Amino acid sequence: MFASGGLKKKIMKTYQELNTNTMKKKQKKKGDDLLEVGSYQFSSRLMVGTGKYKDIDEARQAIVASGAEVITVAVRRVNIGQDKDSPNLLDVFPTSEFTMLPNTAGCYDANTAIRTCLLARELMDGHSLVKLEVLGDERTLYPNVIETISAAKTLCEDGFEVWVYTTDDPIVAIELEDIGCSAIMPLAAPIGSGLGIQNRYSIRSIVENSNVPVIVDAGVGTASDASVAMELGCDGVLMNTAIAGAQKPVLMASAMRKAVSAGREAYLSGRIPKKPYASASSPIDGKFFD
Amino acid sequence: MKIWINGLEKEVEKDCLLARLITEMEIEGRFAVEINGEIIPRAFFQSRIILENDKLEIVTAVGGG
Repeated sequence: MFASGGLKKKIMKTYQELNTNTMKKKQKKKGDDLLEVGSYQFSSRLMVGTGKYKDIDEARQAIVASGAEVITVAVRRVNIGQDKDSPNLLDVFPTSEFTMLPNTAGCYDANTAIRTCLLARELMDGHSLVKLEVLGDERTLYPNVIETISAAKTLCEDGFEVWVYTTDDPIVAIELEDIGCSAIMPLAAPIGSGLGIQNRYSIRSIVENSNVPVIVDAGVGTASDASVAMELGCDGVLMNTAIAGAQKPVLMASAMRKAVSAGREAYLSGRIPKKPYASASSPIDGKFFD
Repeated sequence: MKIWINGLEKEVEKDCLLARLITEMEIEGRFAVEINGEIIPRAFFQSRIILENDKLEIVTAVGGG
């Protein structure tokens, strides 16, 4: 499957076009710089999770400060007989304000992930957007790519819009796009690790190869990590722990909002090339001294 | 008869309707129901009869990343 002739040709073609291709593609929509993912359009390129907050008020405040339009949620058993008066997440984050992205967190095989997606679609009245993540091991929470590909095939065939969490492997990203996923979400580093982008060349390759949005998901620690992702040409960044786990989550959410915008603008600006030596900013001519 | 709800054993009357069970257990708000791995659409809550040893999962959205 991975060595198909068509795939190789595709990789060669994209490598030849390198930067120019992605720059052209991304600059088409100048004015508003909207992010289009499948059937959705967003003005914010920062997506956030709703987990790990002290309470739901803090989650709401931080998420509003982040400016995010897409929020991830998990699907879990209802607490029977407990916390009857505590507000439901879906009431605190109404779909009139936010686009829900239910995840398959905690799933270690394709079937469980598919089952979770089916329940999410039923829970949200037919809303078919999902963040597919199939994990491989509890210590690293690294994606199990084989199971992820298998689940992605079934879900895409069943009409889901699949945003897929995956490794920072450019070839796997192409496979997932070919299957029909509407966004590729490579990890920056392990979930919740805060290590930032570990392999920016891989992320760059994924961006260059991809015809669907690339959203870095997981591993961001601080604002500069989010900026780096955007400067590499990613279409967006998804994070949870970096905001929820900060000492001041609302302030960090605001920082992340700016970092994503700054990185995006820097990417669109076309940065100067890196050089090993200096290049003076003031003129050499007209000096009145020797 | 014995059934299982979210992993917990529960005694219910024979031929109990799903809708009645949900009301009795005071499950409110947004949730989805699966019985023995099969999703039960809301429209069928009134007609679905729970059988002995059925395994129910009742889920909702919670905070997650």
